[in-house]
Amino acid sequence: MATPATSRDAALGFAPMSASRLLVFGGIALVLGGMLFGDIFAVFVLHQNGGRTGETLLAAAHAAAAQDPESVRNAFTSIGSLLEDRGTKVDAHVHMTDAGYLALLLALVQPYVALPPQRKRRLAQFLVTGGVLLPLGIFLIHYVGLAYSPLRVIGWASVLADSAGALLIVALLGELWGFVRWLRGERTEADKIATEENSWSRRALLGGGTVLVLLGFLYGSWYAAFDLYPHEAQETRILHSLANSAADRDDVGISRAVNQYGGLAAARAVSIAAHSHIIEFGVLAMLLSFVQPYILLSERWKRRWVIILLAGSLTLPIFVLGELKFGLVAGGIADFGGLLVIVALAGMLAGVLRYSGSGDAGIVQGVR
Amino acid sequence: MTRSAKILICGGIALAAFGMLYGLHYAVFIEHQTLDRMGGALADGFVHTAQRRMPEARAAIDAYGWTKYNYVRQVDVHSHWIGLAMLMIVTGAAFERVGFSERWRRWIALALLSGSILFPFGVIVQTATHGGTFASGLAVAGSALVTGALAACAIGFLRQSS
Repeated sequence: MATPATSRDAALGFAPMSASRLLVFGGIALVLGGMLFGDIFAVFVLHQNGGRTGETLLAAAHAAAAQDPESVRNAFTSIGSLLEDRGTKVDAHVHMTDAGYLALLLALVQPYVALPPQRKRRLAQFLVTGGVLLPLGIFLIHYVGLAYSPLRVIGWASVLADSAGALLIVALLGELWGFVRWLRGERTEADKIATEENSWSRRALLGGGTVLVLLGFLYGSWYAAFDLYPHEAQETRILHSLANSAADRDDVGISRAVNQYGGLAAARAVSIAAHSHIIEFGVLAMLLSFVQPYILLSERWKRRWVIILLAGSLTLPIFVLGELKFGLVAGGIADFGGLLVIVALAGMLAGVLRYSGSGDAGIVQGVR
Repeated sequence: MTRSAKILICGGIALAAFGMLYGLHYAVFIEHQTLDRMGGALADGFVHTAQRRMPEARAAIDAYGWTKYNYVRQVDVHSHWIGLAMLMIVTGAAFERVGFSERWRRWIALALLSGSILFPFGVIVQTATHGGTFASGLAVAGSALVTGALAACAIGFLRQSS
């Protein structure tokens, strides 16, 4: 049995082409796109990039052993390029997902933005457009470089990313202005988000999301207390050992130090990834709890998507941590966890599409 | 909107704005120079090794370590302030569903707000004192406040559900 939102306010707030609808659609789609990109990046780029960085560091150490400063500089330039390749992809993933969170968050606060509907819609369009173009620009930075650029240090891809960032700032300032107007007592009727519903799906997402954030916070505190300082000290120690081995032309020592450096980088990367992913999934679950009234699916299917989302949100960070001990098997399971979240998001997005379609056709109670 | 929810939503918006301004200032005036210094110090360390000037090599690697120590914390402070602010706004929107009295909710909201300010502030003080007890104490106290407030929210949501 379908469970349409029956609140008239909710229906009003989800009118065709309204700001709330754009932000909810755009938000879920951006999170979905960001996660899909992140999964593809993790499978096809991340490990290969890490391997090449290790090989280049080894080459730099061998060049230092051979007393060839020019090759050392060239190797570090290559490491810089590899880090840029990896960094821009991580940033594209993070920025697209975070723009999605921001869109969902703004959908939530639309009742407190006292602006005319067409202006709210324009701000929502700015936000979603900026949320698409910003990660696209960041992704292209490594490939476009300074080609055809009239500037010495900023390429066209950076210009695209910065312009998209400016669009996001304009949208946020507009929303802030609307909020200030609301605080001054101005009110508009449109764009009310239903907050009355208290379904199982909503409660599970809210409670589950808070628990995920709490777990992420506890893990982060534990990492900061027991691992952060030792890791930092270990990095400097390994680099000293690498430099000493290179000066002594000790090939075995060089290989050992580079392996240790790779292991340390992996340990830090998985700890930070586990911490940030579990918290982000928690916030996502909390945000999605507010979208539940706009998902036109049977209660059974809504529950299924909620369970799949929470299961994936827990699986990914736990098995990311397990990668150090269990290698690629754990990595594969972590990627599967990410896929579960993607599938659940796609399912919820389909439900929102059904709700809007039915609402536009006047089927959902209270829409027309 | 209840007073506790207002504390979280208004506090969250203010903290997010502050975190973004801090990030903008850092990105424009400090970050590129720091990254250049960090990459340059590491490369210099191995160039000096190739030239067998080991004291300079060691100094360059140590400089890399210290620069990275500061860089990691500066970036973490920016992202944690904004992340915690977003969490406060989302929690604030659902705060009426936390199954405690408004008086208790206000205490939880205040703990979450003060912890969200203190924890990254303690981390940033660490860059000035390089691991001083006061800075670490601030960060630990802030993170304990956030953890306690989040645990209370989780219990409150569960209480409301049951």
